[in-house]
Amino acid sequence: MSDAPILQVKDLKKHFLLRKGLFGGVSGRVHAVDGVSFDIGAAETLGLVGESGCGKSTVGRTVLRLLNPTAGTIHVHGTDISTMGARALRPLRRQMQIIFQDPFSSLDPRMKAGDIVGELLSVHNVGDTRSDRRARVAELFSHVGLREDQMNSYPHEFSGGQRQRLGIARALSLNPEIIICDEPVSALDVSIQAQVINLLADLQAEFGLSYLFIAHDLAVVEHIAHRVAVMYLGRIVEFAEKHELFSNAQHPYTESLLDAVPVPDPTIKHTRRRLQGDVPNPIDRPSGCHFHTRCPYAEERCRVEEPILKEVAPGHLAACHLK
Amino acid sequence: METNSQSPEVVLDVDNLTTEFQTPEGLGRAVDGLSFNINKGETLGIVGESGCGKSITALSILRLVPSPPGNIAGGSVRLGNRDLMQISEREMRDVRGNDISMIFQEPMTSLNPVLTLGYQITETLRRHEGLAKHEATARAIEMLALVQIPAPERRVKEFPHQLSGGMRQRAMIAMALSCNPRVLIADEPTTALDVTVQAQVLDLIKDLQERLGTAVILITHDLGVVAETAQRVIVMYAGRKVEEAPVESLFANPQHPYTRGLLASVPRLGATTGAHSSDSRPARLAEISGIVPPLTEIPSGCAFAPRCKQATEKCTAAQPPLEETEHPGHRVACWHTDKVAV
Ligand SMILES: Nc1ncnc2c1ncn2[C@@H]1O[C@H](COP(=O)(O)OP(=O)(O)O)[C@@H](O)[C@H]1O
Ligand SMILES: Nc1ncnc2c1ncn2[C@@H]1O[C@H](COP(=O)(O)OP(=O)(O)O)[C@@H](O)[C@H]1O
Ligand SMILES: [Mg+2]
Ligand SMILES: [Mg+2]
Repeated sequence: MSDAPILQVKDLKKHFLLRKGLFGGVSGRVHAVDGVSFDIGAAETLGLVGESGCGKSTVGRTVLRLLNPTAGTIHVHGTDISTMGARALRPLRRQMQIIFQDPFSSLDPRMKAGDIVGELLSVHNVGDTRSDRRARVAELFSHVGLREDQMNSYPHEFSGGQRQRLGIARALSLNPEIIICDEPVSALDVSIQAQVINLLADLQAEFGLSYLFIAHDLAVVEHIAHRVAVMYLGRIVEFAEKHELFSNAQHPYTESLLDAVPVPDPTIKHTRRRLQGDVPNPIDRPSGCHFHTRCPYAEERCRVEEPILKEVAPGHLAACHLK
Repeated sequence: METNSQSPEVVLDVDNLTTEFQTPEGLGRAVDGLSFNINKGETLGIVGESGCGKSITALSILRLVPSPPGNIAGGSVRLGNRDLMQISEREMRDVRGNDISMIFQEPMTSLNPVLTLGYQITETLRRHEGLAKHEATARAIEMLALVQIPAPERRVKEFPHQLSGGMRQRAMIAMALSCNPRVLIADEPTTALDVTVQAQVLDLIKDLQERLGTAVILITHDLGVVAETAQRVIVMYAGRKVEEAPVESLFANPQHPYTRGLLASVPRLGATTGAHSSDSRPARLAEISGIVPPLTEIPSGCAFAPRCKQATEKCTAAQPPLEETEHPGHRVACWHTDKVAV
């Protein structure tokens, strides 16, 4: 890991405005991402965890400028891209790619696997000839553990794990520095999940890739991340180096997420404090600490006063009044 | 036949169940001579990767296999003194929902989007139990409260899309349990959910089972879920049972290389933090190389052999029989268990 971060995100906000009818006034504001800051260094993996609806995908898509931020800055190699126009963004787009959760719906079923993986090469005019591009695609196939002859197959001929490999090969095609991995293994069997996680780790070691790894399963994140950010209702509530987070979680929300991971050991019959209910509506968030409605330790102060994200140990941040 | 199949506690006894599919590539077996039984109040886990035949097993028990292309080619499923494979379709309709209920990974497959939750639950109750409308409504509210849906009086009037994913899953459980079935088949009931909601739903199933004495068949690919919920486990591969054991025995002494592979691939919390190393490289997870074969390419001999590090000529030549191990109730189908055993 080098000192200068490749990606630096500061006070990022993305609010969605809900309107009444097509021309109506604003009827609500979804605080999908509400003041998120982090950075990612070379060959580093930052894990981003939280329940569905916490704003993880919106962070990923805003960082890639697939969505325009409401506020905040996004520096890539020191250049702020948060308000950059489409033309200026184009060369930077090659440096940042995304892989999605659902390898089934994110691939065009009518395209051959080789064309899917090579599509971005054509779009960005990489390689002088068709055969240059074909050679590059063949190379990508071997990087992700697919056979060259599979370039002529269609997505439906691939298993779920293989389709995820196709998505990874496509993301790798332009030699990016950063890949946003949006729940890339959540839809896969555990055995196949292990293959994909190991592949991502190998590719990182080989090409020095940086990952923003989005997941809701903390056990998966523990295997792949170097540092971890825990998100709740648009905010980061805890942030730490992996070993620190998993051995010394400070935020009650992180504790609940850890508690919820099923333990593959039938001799451990633990009684847990289950997190009850669902993530509250991000249009109308609870007052004070947003987590107080589900927090087993909430006090009066938590209902009225918003906690700030503060350092509780060196490099370990948590947003909780009780710490 | 299982040794204890005649014991009075058995509620469902599946024997030599075989289900085939006609595919463009030819005829294939999705379930291949599967036998198991389940006792009252017990949770039986069925594990295996996608495509191993878990869902088709469940659908076969309920005679819901799409036909064509599917066909239940043989076997029996005894519920009490009836063989479900032999009774009329009319009798079978009565069994479904009443004696055996099923819940699915995607609740919208069993919830009707244009009907209110209340209507859907009361319809089942009125059909199977002949309750009057107001009695059925009261029972529906009671069921929704039982599965911990807040404000059930209001929720009965709502449509499925008005609920969150976790709440829909609860509503489906309420519906499945409304007629107090003897057997509940839960097919990957939590796979699409957040871990937090998964924990809630699994707690709920356990809790209801204890209160109602329902036998639960829990189908999942996640051994963590099995460890927390099941008392007994069947490991399936390519339509066959490759291992069967009480849950503690399976995790303590996994015998089949497939089972061992599945266990090793589960990411465990704390697996890397205990190491106390300055090495920042991510820890490697164990993988099972390769994939489950398609129906028409299931190898003769041991179906797992092509993916198995221990496989020998014997494994490709002949299918290993399911045999008792030294551990009580623990059976395995592998030619090399002696080499596998610790
Ligand atoms: N285009 C959109 N318009 C309105 N709300 C949105 C839009 N995209 C996402 N949201 C809302 O923003 C919140 C965060 O969503 P998302 O980033 O997808 O969360 P996660 O990835 O953590 O599940 C959710 O409440 C979601 O409904
Ligand atoms: N309608 C069908 N036509 C042909 N093959 C099918 C059909 N349904 C399931 N299969 C095949 O049967 C096998 C077992 O499937 P399934 O029981 O759904 O697996 P699991 O639930 O363990 O993931 C798979 O090879 C699957 O492709
Ligand atoms: Mg998401
Ligand atoms: Mg299935």
